[in-house]
Amino acid sequence: VSAAGPPSRPRSGAAEWGGFEDNMQGGGSAVIDMENMDDTSGSSFEDMGEMHQRMKEEEEDDGEAGGADEEDGEFLGVKGLRGQLGRQVADQVWQVGKRQASKAFSLYANIDILRPYFDVEPVQVRARLLESMIPVKMINFPQKIAGELYGPLMLVFTLVAILLHGMKTSDTIIREGTLMGTAIGTCFGYWLGVSSFIYFLAYLCNAQITMVQMLSLLGYGLFGHCITLFVTYNIHFHSLFYIFWLVVGGLSTLRMVAVLVSRTVGHTQRLILCGTLAALHMLFLLYLHFAYHKVVEGILDTLEGPNMPPFQRVARDIPVVPNAVLNTTAKAIALTL
Amino acid sequence: MAAAEGGGAGAAAGPLFAGLADVSISEDIPVEGEISVPVGSHSPDEDYSTLDEPVKDTIMRDLKAVGKKFVHVMYPKKSSALLRDWDLWGPLVLCVSLALMLQGGSADSKEDGGPQFAEVFVIIWFGAVVITLNSKLLGGTISFFQSLCVLGYCVLPLTVAMLVCRLVLLAGSGTVSFIVRLIVVMAMFGWSTLASTAFLADSQPPNRKALVVYPIFLFYFVISWMILTFTPQ
Repeated sequence: VSAAGPPSRPRSGAAEWGGFEDNMQGGGSAVIDMENMDDTSGSSFEDMGEMHQRMKEEEEDDGEAGGADEEDGEFLGVKGLRGQLGRQVADQVWQVGKRQASKAFSLYANIDILRPYFDVEPVQVRARLLESMIPVKMINFPQKIAGELYGPLMLVFTLVAILLHGMKTSDTIIREGTLMGTAIGTCFGYWLGVSSFIYFLAYLCNAQITMVQMLSLLGYGLFGHCITLFVTYNIHFHSLFYIFWLVVGGLSTLRMVAVLVSRTVGHTQRLILCGTLAALHMLFLLYLHFAYHKVVEGILDTLEGPNMPPFQRVARDIPVVPNAVLNTTAKAIALTL
Repeated sequence: MAAAEGGGAGAAAGPLFAGLADVSISEDIPVEGEISVPVGSHSPDEDYSTLDEPVKDTIMRDLKAVGKKFVHVMYPKKSSALLRDWDLWGPLVLCVSLALMLQGGSADSKEDGGPQFAEVFVIIWFGAVVITLNSKLLGGTISFFQSLCVLGYCVLPLTVAMLVCRLVLLAGSGTVSFIVRLIVVMAMFGWSTLASTAFLADSQPPNRKALVVYPIFLFYFVISWMILTFTPQ
């Protein structure tokens, strides 16, 4: 052993990683070391981190134990290489593991994951808004759906604003809650809830559609709702509303139905999927137009009894068909309160 | 015995692993590169200790910073003062005063359909957060709180509009009053939108400005619409 040589150490099981200070020539059992490394590296990166830590501790231990024991000189060289290789491999694996871990972390914690869905140009958004009102009668070939969320999200927020406006002008009072919360809850609830429901149905009916595409499709379908509600909340004509409901709402519903039909195989499946979607979408527009008056009336009737002062609100004659539906809704909500 | 075996194997495998010693980065290689220390770039007020100054000075300095930003919003010229040292004091003050003024007259009134304090508060902060996230998602290069700061400070014209509206409402609530309020609110709404756009648009990719401006427009539109429809009970 030369004087400048590395400190020797007890040859114990723990010292298998040892000899980090020396980078040496030759070493037969390096291969065995590699195998050991491979065994451990098969497990998760936390184990590698632990190992890395342990190696560091042993390094310190070795330093302390320096000169405590005497061993063969050539053996130290072997040990040195083993340690060197071991450390390099462990370092490498540790680095890879750390990189993967940080990638996984950013996957969950960073909004970068959503960025591809917001990668649009204004021209594209405008084109998609227009396309959402144009049903394409092409059912033999699957129609393209852009997996994009900017347009749908903005349309939902617009719908929230329009709904707030409608509630306010019709003097809607919501007890135990704010108008804002109700509007946001309704719009987002519809968008997310119906998308998930239709996605589930599509899964059952074997339709070729992903969740993002479903969200995008239904979100752009809300464009018709926005137009209809914006016009009819400001101009109170019932005939106008029904025309808008049938034409604008119908067009956007037809567009969604056409896309879904082109992506589904089998008549029954098409009927189930598109019937559900069309019914939900059209009824939601009716609900948004008529609901809040009836809900409020129902709640107030139950809570206050007949001796309530009359409300100052625009008188509207509620048609027969939605009346039945809405009465049940109102009663159900009143009961839950 | 084991040692002899190991030594023999080591000699045999020596050439194979000879090059491995070079793989490791030894400490002999000097670290290269330039580390430039900016000498003399210390501005005098960085060295200025604020520990032993009177409390009044500290408060006045912060108030001055907030006031300066108010001026920036009222004269929205290209300036990065609002972006560089952001603070949330101004937005808080503006938001609270707007919410207080929008609060319906009597909280326990049964028909109080006016916006509640919490509602206004939530709309402003939630809206600002949504706009900020949207601009981040569209590829904006602005930090979260910078954007919040700008959006909050740009509520200032609308708070002024609210003040004017309350004064006009004191005078009376006829058609003339409504027209005056409409004009004031519209003007201030335009002002808010333009000011925030002027500050935020630079941080966006140029082809997507319209996409970023739309939610800002919607946000201020809802607030100004709330101000316009406000009538004290």
